[in-house]
Amino acid sequence: MNLIEFFTSFPEMSSESLRLFKKSVDGAYRSFSAKYGDAIEAVFDPVLYFLVWFEKLLHNSPWPLVILALLGLVYLGSRSIYLTIGSLFAFLFIGYFGMWDDTMSTVSIIGVCTALTIGFGIPVGILMSGSDRARAMITPILDIMQTMPSFVYLIPVVMLLGIGKIPGLLAVIIYAIPPVIRLTDLGIREVNKEVLEAADAFGANRMQKLFRVQLPLALPTIFAGINQTIMMALAMVVIASMIGVKGLGQPVLKAITNQYFTMGLLNGLAIVALAIIFDRVSQSYGKRMQQHRAGANE
Amino acid sequence: MSEVKIKIENLYKIFGPRAKEYTDKVKSGIDKDELLAKYNHVLGLDNINLDIKEQSIQVVMGLSGSGKSTLIRHINRLIEPTEGTVLVDGEDITKLNKADLLEFRRNKTGMVFQRFALFPHHNILDNVQFGLSIKNLDKSESKDKAMYWIEKVGLTGFENKFPNQLSGGMQQRVGLARALAIDPDILLMDEAFSALDPLIRTDMQDQLLDLQKNLKKTIIFITHDLDEALKLGDRIAILNGGKLVQDGNAEEILLNPADDYVSNFVKDVNRIKVLKIGSIMNIDGNINESNPSVMVDESIENCLPTMLESESGLNVLDNDKNFVGVISKNNIAEILRRSKD
Repeated sequence: MNLIEFFTSFPEMSSESLRLFKKSVDGAYRSFSAKYGDAIEAVFDPVLYFLVWFEKLLHNSPWPLVILALLGLVYLGSRSIYLTIGSLFAFLFIGYFGMWDDTMSTVSIIGVCTALTIGFGIPVGILMSGSDRARAMITPILDIMQTMPSFVYLIPVVMLLGIGKIPGLLAVIIYAIPPVIRLTDLGIREVNKEVLEAADAFGANRMQKLFRVQLPLALPTIFAGINQTIMMALAMVVIASMIGVKGLGQPVLKAITNQYFTMGLLNGLAIVALAIIFDRVSQSYGKRMQQHRAGANE
Repeated sequence: MSEVKIKIENLYKIFGPRAKEYTDKVKSGIDKDELLAKYNHVLGLDNINLDIKEQSIQVVMGLSGSGKSTLIRHINRLIEPTEGTVLVDGEDITKLNKADLLEFRRNKTGMVFQRFALFPHHNILDNVQFGLSIKNLDKSESKDKAMYWIEKVGLTGFENKFPNQLSGGMQQRVGLARALAIDPDILLMDEAFSALDPLIRTDMQDQLLDLQKNLKKTIIFITHDLDEALKLGDRIAILNGGKLVQDGNAEEILLNPADDYVSNFVKDVNRIKVLKIGSIMNIDGNINESNPSVMVDESIENCLPTMLESESGLNVLDNDKNFVGVISKNNIAEILRRSKD
């Protein structure tokens, strides 16, 4: 009798204790964020100042100057005149259809995000590549960061820091940082063992090996990771706009809720244009860094 | 001859997590196969004792898996020994702390690798400079040194190329220049010429011998090629299954192989080309003024025409033209017969 019941309905905890469990966890987190929320927010103040300053710079500078600067970067990165001309048209299209300010906001947040992910991701990747134990510990965390629906980790971030730029930035970084970490680790582990042994034989210490042999040889792989990271950061723009990040995501969100098809499409296209520019520039920059691998038949 | 530069004593290497525990088992006589089958540990080196003389070329020979690459890596401690000592100039390398070991590698040993192991992201100049830059040597000084060695190995004009733009032979010259640039006492060459095609290999061997005339380094040269060993080695050590089965000069190895493994190794060698008259002459004989003379350090092959024309034999003279022995047709016939067996 009891046995049949055991097999037909899952022996779950009582709804009362489940409710209590959720309530106590939420309560604990709430009191934690009430106590430390301000302190943690203060930690991010410098980032916030920089982000605001950068965004204002892009907004307040004359638009032809900004376009010129951006095109300069595109050309320096890609060394391709076609891509530079293409980018010019993309920026003109964006500006003409009234998306200039939103695009600049998006560019600024993506720029800061990329800088931060590189700044954190590469050292973590180096750490992982140096120790199998660190790798075993960090890999599942990266898996969670990549697969956990972003809305779920938005909840505690918003509870802790409220809505605004910083929580948005954190959400984007959490989502976008795994590739750069993984590929830094992979790139360093893939460095030819014989070349490393040669460095050892000549008496290179750990730091010399890292900076003169491992990182330079891993750079193309690391750059593939940075490229992935930028793409993923762009993909998060719409979700980040839900918690108050300004940029191209907000009009898209508005278009979804109000069924403004053209508005959604235009802003979506602007995101696509940015993505293509970022992608091509960072890819061709990465390719140029591995010139020593080609050219055998020069 | 000269002083012992490197003294390897009672050196054991066992690969595996519990290596130390199995050293006694190896000492009590279990061999490589048994250690692997029963305990899943690999015997790398089994009680190696070897003296390497200063300024000589010591060849270490053996089939793959015999432990020769493991042995050479103990001299700059790229591999930690399980037991035993490696003395270089009387100093025990196995006892050096981390910092001293790095200093030792930076100054005392240069290494050349089978597959070159050049830094693909550095041009030739920076590759040759690598060891010097690790020592934080002054930039212009290190560039001068590197350029000197690039010229010495005949690669002037290629210093701005990248390794993959060069042929195998050229790449290995870069490897050689890189090792020599730090001016080490000891040159470790791990099958350095094995990956090169035969003509280039001969070329590199000649170049090495040529350089060695002036350099007088202590060279440890690993090879599995007997002809290369006989050509380069002042002494040849032969390894089998991690054991040192014989160490001697070319003649000792050819004339008195220590066991079947060595005789198998040397059976196809053209003895009359390699062996010198001195090694088969008869020192008891008396000088016969009517016979022609040959020099003691000439190869048997070179003396064959003179021998065939002579009626009763040859007188052997040393470099100062003193009589040191005689040689008869029978002596040579015996050597030829032995090569056939």
